[in-house]
Amino acid sequence: MQETTREDLDSVVIRFAGDSGDGMQLTGSQFTSATALMGNDLATFPDFPAEIRAPAGTLYGVSGFQIHFADHDILTPGDAPDVLVAMNPAALKVNLPMLNRGGLVVVNRGAFTKSNLKKAGYEENPLDDNTLDPFRVLDLDISKMTLEAVKEFDLGAKAAGRCKNMWTLGLMFWLFGRDRQSTVAWLREKFAKKPKVAEANIAALNAGHIYGETAELPSGIGAYNVPKATLEAGEYRNIDGNLALAWGLTHGAKLANIPLFYGSYPITPASSLLHNLAKLKNFGVATFQAEDEIAAVCAAIGASFGGSLGVTGTSGPGVALKAEAIGLAISTELPLIIVDVQRGGPSTGLPTKTEQSDLFQAVWGRNGDAPLCVLAASTPGDCFFRAIEAVKIATKFMTPVMLLSDGYLANGAEPWPIPDLGQIDDFPVSFYEGEAEGFHPYLRDEETLARVWPIPGTPGLQHRLGGLEKGQDSGNISYDPDNHHAMTELRAEKIQRIAQILPEATLDSGEAGADLVLVGWGSTYGAIRQSCERLREQGKNVAHIHIHSIWPLPRGLKELLSSFGRIIVPEMNNGQLAALLRAELGVNAESYAKVAGQPFRIAELTDEVARRMENAS
Amino acid sequence: MTENPKLTKKDFASDQEVRWCPGCGDYAILAGVQKTLVDISAKPENTVFISGIGCSSRFPYYMNTYGMHTIHGRAPAFATGLKLARPDLDVWVITGDGDSLSIGGNHLVHVLRRNVNLQIILFNNQIYGLTKGQYSPTSDVGQVSPSSPYGSVDQPVVPVRVALGANAQFVGRSFDVTRNLPILLRAARDFEGTGFVEVLQNCPVFNDGVFELITDRKAGKQRQLWVEHGKPLVTLDGTYGVRLNKNELRVEVVKMEEGVSTEDLLLHDETNRNLAWMISDLPEIKALGILFRNTSAPVYDAAVRQQLQMAKDKLGEGDMNALLRSGHTWTVD
Repeated sequence: MQETTREDLDSVVIRFAGDSGDGMQLTGSQFTSATALMGNDLATFPDFPAEIRAPAGTLYGVSGFQIHFADHDILTPGDAPDVLVAMNPAALKVNLPMLNRGGLVVVNRGAFTKSNLKKAGYEENPLDDNTLDPFRVLDLDISKMTLEAVKEFDLGAKAAGRCKNMWTLGLMFWLFGRDRQSTVAWLREKFAKKPKVAEANIAALNAGHIYGETAELPSGIGAYNVPKATLEAGEYRNIDGNLALAWGLTHGAKLANIPLFYGSYPITPASSLLHNLAKLKNFGVATFQAEDEIAAVCAAIGASFGGSLGVTGTSGPGVALKAEAIGLAISTELPLIIVDVQRGGPSTGLPTKTEQSDLFQAVWGRNGDAPLCVLAASTPGDCFFRAIEAVKIATKFMTPVMLLSDGYLANGAEPWPIPDLGQIDDFPVSFYEGEAEGFHPYLRDEETLARVWPIPGTPGLQHRLGGLEKGQDSGNISYDPDNHHAMTELRAEKIQRIAQILPEATLDSGEAGADLVLVGWGSTYGAIRQSCERLREQGKNVAHIHIHSIWPLPRGLKELLSSFGRIIVPEMNNGQLAALLRAELGVNAESYAKVAGQPFRIAELTDEVARRMENAS
Repeated sequence: MTENPKLTKKDFASDQEVRWCPGCGDYAILAGVQKTLVDISAKPENTVFISGIGCSSRFPYYMNTYGMHTIHGRAPAFATGLKLARPDLDVWVITGDGDSLSIGGNHLVHVLRRNVNLQIILFNNQIYGLTKGQYSPTSDVGQVSPSSPYGSVDQPVVPVRVALGANAQFVGRSFDVTRNLPILLRAARDFEGTGFVEVLQNCPVFNDGVFELITDRKAGKQRQLWVEHGKPLVTLDGTYGVRLNKNELRVEVVKMEEGVSTEDLLLHDETNRNLAWMISDLPEIKALGILFRNTSAPVYDAAVRQQLQMAKDKLGEGDMNALLRSGHTWTVD
């Protein structure tokens, strides 16, 4: 067959959308794997409903997976799709408004039945009126062609129909010149015990690909090529935030030379952290699926008392439940890591959507003056390093550390240069084994103010820890007023000293003294960074600071911020970091809030900042 | 190896002044626990007491062992984490009726069904002492208290029944001022799994005499049914016995003087959970001692350790460099 001529594109955003039972997440992640193997840079955004199998065909049951891939460095899953794959009318209806004009729509006409159209709220079939006029359309009966392709496997109509996502994937592989082999291998492994199902899916995948090769595509639709990105040389893999956290925590515990204990209770979107760690038993990682969120953190604290690194992971509602126990870890000054994979709140909120609205809860959400360290990861890969940092701080300063991630980091994947572990210094813990004479458990290191960490089993150092206030010089229960004041200040000061071992405030891009600085934290990193680039391309003098330690704030932040004419803080919450910066540093930080359960788009961020700059001038 | 000199009860007492009210049953329990530790030649450094909140939960402060005074109701969860991390330690949970059956009911149920290898001593005084005398989940209906001035209308729970229902594998009951307490505690300690012991405890300030009929030094013998595996169910002084009514499939308390012979009585079978249930809430008399014990149940922390070891045996010691390269990787030149 003649070699296809492919048009080069520098960047493409594809959105796969269908019923939550249509396998769109699988389709998207397979396309992601194949794309990573092609050497593109990429970013993904799974966007799915909270219902596991929402009623078929409904608007709220639409599940989406967006992938942005390019021949250059990219940091976000893209603003608007160039290609929309819509497996049913509901998926088309929900996602069409996002599509760029002139974008490509691939639709499965087979699913545009009367009843599905009705469920999606279409009075007329949008494939037959002018709804799709602004777009290029590949109008295919994928359902029918899939059944044809898998006919010989005799799967029954339902199972056969399920292969249509693979048919579609095959076509998309052909359109964008991706290799099928990784998916073929994956299917054979996944369905090792059901070889017939594996082969049927492979047949569907191949059929979709062949369709692309042989069918005469409508004019304006051809085959494309997105050349390799010029990424920095090295070995790469794909990683999502929760996998990076699991590995980072495990490696951090190794660097601290103590066992990792992870207590958790299933909660979206943190559960996969438990799943990932439960697989690492040969690394000595003990996981405990507790009866509730409170038991999960309490068990972790109990393990820390025994000399393990106690870690608990959850999302916002779970952090609320754990608050009292975290206070105990603060009072007893035991190492503890609380991972908060944030989701939309308040209350149950938007369980599967991303948000950054637990910042106040992380910093202040406990009874009493109860300071702890709060760190925030900014990219899926950064979760690995931030987890190691959390372990280091927790053990070096004998304190709980709250590590903030979010649903977007947890589920989003990116190519990740595999780090050279030899470059990361270890920080082994030494349990206190001093003389019994004069010993009490609140003896402190003068520099860090960390208390000693003697563990049960050490002869002569028997001691009792508890949540009652303790005397500064004895560790015994104390109701002395001056002592309580002094201990409160001491606990606050200890956390502030953590800033000494954290990097000083720096600019991510732009120059000090610029007209405006965007200050971000967490998963908005990519959007803010690229938006700054665009603003500078427009001739605007803007800079970007991205904060990884919310509490304590980085050293020198106030001085750095003071150099800018204007400070805007884009956040996926109602202005929490902005408020914190105003309160702590007395700077005039303006909020740009987006609380929609969706990440910032580069364009909306760029436009809003540009608008604000113009209004001011 | 040199043998350590035998420790005494004093060696297990901390330097902290004990601050329970004069006459509190907790003093007797403290002494009973310290005696138990002496009896079993416990090492103070390998022994840990973990408590929740309440009068009883001050207990760890008075022990010269490792200890944690944690938060209300959660002691079993802390203890589970500690035991999973450190199976070498001897872990005791100290809790009360409010702590473990009200705010911490969930954790009690789960530590018991998991059968974590530790001991739980539940001090039951049928009242909230530290918060000044409100009725508790074990208080009788009609209990007058600051929060129930017209008498409590809450139906009480029977602690050992909660334990039996949660599939606890060792369930015992005793009271504060008996010499038998260390014997039961020792049996709980020797048990592989969760040794659950309810201790009826007098609160002289807010609920004085609530167990007097049972615990009175003289009259109490009539009503104390110390059960022993294979022995007839008869009270200490032989006044009452327990007989099975086969027609109704229930047990009945009978007066021995009314022509009942010992042969008519049920024999205690500590491996029979149904029997334990039936004798756990008898009228007039109180079953004490080991109500239920099943030595063949799997132990949670041992199973967790075993899986960790199996994974290492099968996969070898974890290698982070290899893990980072698992699955698809690619090289950019």
